[in-house]
Amino acid sequence: MDALLQSLIQGVLLGGLYALIGIGMSLIFGIVKLTNLAHGDFLILASYISYSVVAATGMNPFVSLIVVIPVMFAIGYIVQNTMLNRVISKGAEPPLLVTFGISIVIQNLLLYYYTADARNLRSPIATKSIIITDGIRIPYIYLIGFLVGIIVIVALGFYFRHTYQGKAIKAAADDREVAQLMGVNIKSIYGIAMGISMTTAAIAGVLVGMIYNFYPTSGSAYLVIAFAVVVIGGMGSTYGTLAAGILFGLAQVMGAHFFGASAQLLTGYVVLLIMLIFRPQGLFQR
Amino acid sequence: MSEILLRAEDIYANYGDFQAVQGASFEIRKGEIISIIGTNGAGKSTLMKAIGGTLAPKSGKVFYKDTEITGMPTHKLVDLGMSQVPEGGRVFARMTVMDNLVMGSYTPRARKHKDNALERVYDLFPVLKEKANQVSGSLSGGQRQMVAIGRALMSEPELVCFDEISLGLAPTVIKDIYTKIRQINKEGMTIILVEQDVKRSLKTSDRSYVMLKGKVVLSGKSSELAEEDVKKAYFGL
Repeated sequence: MDALLQSLIQGVLLGGLYALIGIGMSLIFGIVKLTNLAHGDFLILASYISYSVVAATGMNPFVSLIVVIPVMFAIGYIVQNTMLNRVISKGAEPPLLVTFGISIVIQNLLLYYYTADARNLRSPIATKSIIITDGIRIPYIYLIGFLVGIIVIVALGFYFRHTYQGKAIKAAADDREVAQLMGVNIKSIYGIAMGISMTTAAIAGVLVGMIYNFYPTSGSAYLVIAFAVVVIGGMGSTYGTLAAGILFGLAQVMGAHFFGASAQLLTGYVVLLIMLIFRPQGLFQR
Repeated sequence: MSEILLRAEDIYANYGDFQAVQGASFEIRKGEIISIIGTNGAGKSTLMKAIGGTLAPKSGKVFYKDTEITGMPTHKLVDLGMSQVPEGGRVFARMTVMDNLVMGSYTPRARKHKDNALERVYDLFPVLKEKANQVSGSLSGGQRQMVAIGRALMSEPELVCFDEISLGLAPTVIKDIYTKIRQINKEGMTIILVEQDVKRSLKTSDRSYVMLKGKVVLSGKSSELAEEDVKKAYFGL
């Protein structure tokens, strides 16, 4: 019984982190109608940037976010403006291929600069748990990941509902041409949207780096998680992404609980496949 | 006579590979309503796009007051005081009525007066106040058109271009909307109507331009243009 409860808790907590991994990709899909195949690599890029900041200053990985977030926002804004905006009007494939190219370039840049060795952002907190009973313990880092995921998603919801800029992003997602008639500079607003997407990737990247080892090629695994969460939640739906993250996290951990640890990834993807067949528009899309 | 607000000189513009506008010129003075009349494909919508910044004209010049605005991006034109109501009552369908209107006051100049502007739009279209929190996608065609018009007024413009607002609406709804347009004009707004409806355009506007195959083929005071002549020019008879 304790073991089941422990798995349930772990699944839900993991789901918050998964939502955080997927939310940036979901945003860009909903707003720019772009599938960013480099999302996972950007996330890992953020882990490496944090790694360098931590190595140089000795600060806690969490604190390194004050550097990593602005850097990632700027990278997102620049990538959108100098590369993706150029090809965005040429149909769906050219921007998709550009993101694929970016993905490969990031992986190889990381390989060149950091080598293929495993890195991590371990800090003392990564191994501590809140002990509830003998059989049930909540690892701090997962709890933090879950809470941060929820805070980021609620903050985004507030931003889209209550600021001019957030509304402009939503308007551009609804009708790009008419948004321009309102005075929205569409290229700049896309840049800002990508910057926000990269901000979420920065936060996710640091959290992930504190939990798992990472390599220059780790981005692919996170792209698949992001993709799963976005598909289950419905492309572009903020709260759908949160629910989907929790569902996907639960599916994985429950799979591990009932069928053994090696079944964890498999059960997650079986759930994804079932979703794709029966509800391809996602759980929370009209 | 009052000052010239907008002047387009010898505009050429393509719609895809098609030369939709072939040397069209017109001007509008402060406080006027002009109509640009033509059939589907006469080039009037392309002409409006070329002036409104969504399409770069191939040649020709556009002036707003004394500033050349040829090829200027739309978001700068809005800031200068030019506002557009797009064809077909296009609203931000997933956003509420109020958020649609608020988007109209996006430019920094308009933001300061947002609350006043919102009150004026609600006075003009009381039904929008009732439906303020409803998602715009759920409104009727006429109500969407009201949202689109109200939204254009939120930017505190001097000039508003209406692109085929009567398209697809019921005659009684069209009549209501035209009454509101006259009211907006009386309050000082300069207005360009792009229309297919000859009779209504002549009745509402001070001056008219008739377009055929990308050129202005007839123009003059609307009260002095005979409906027969306009129809002939319109169909190219």
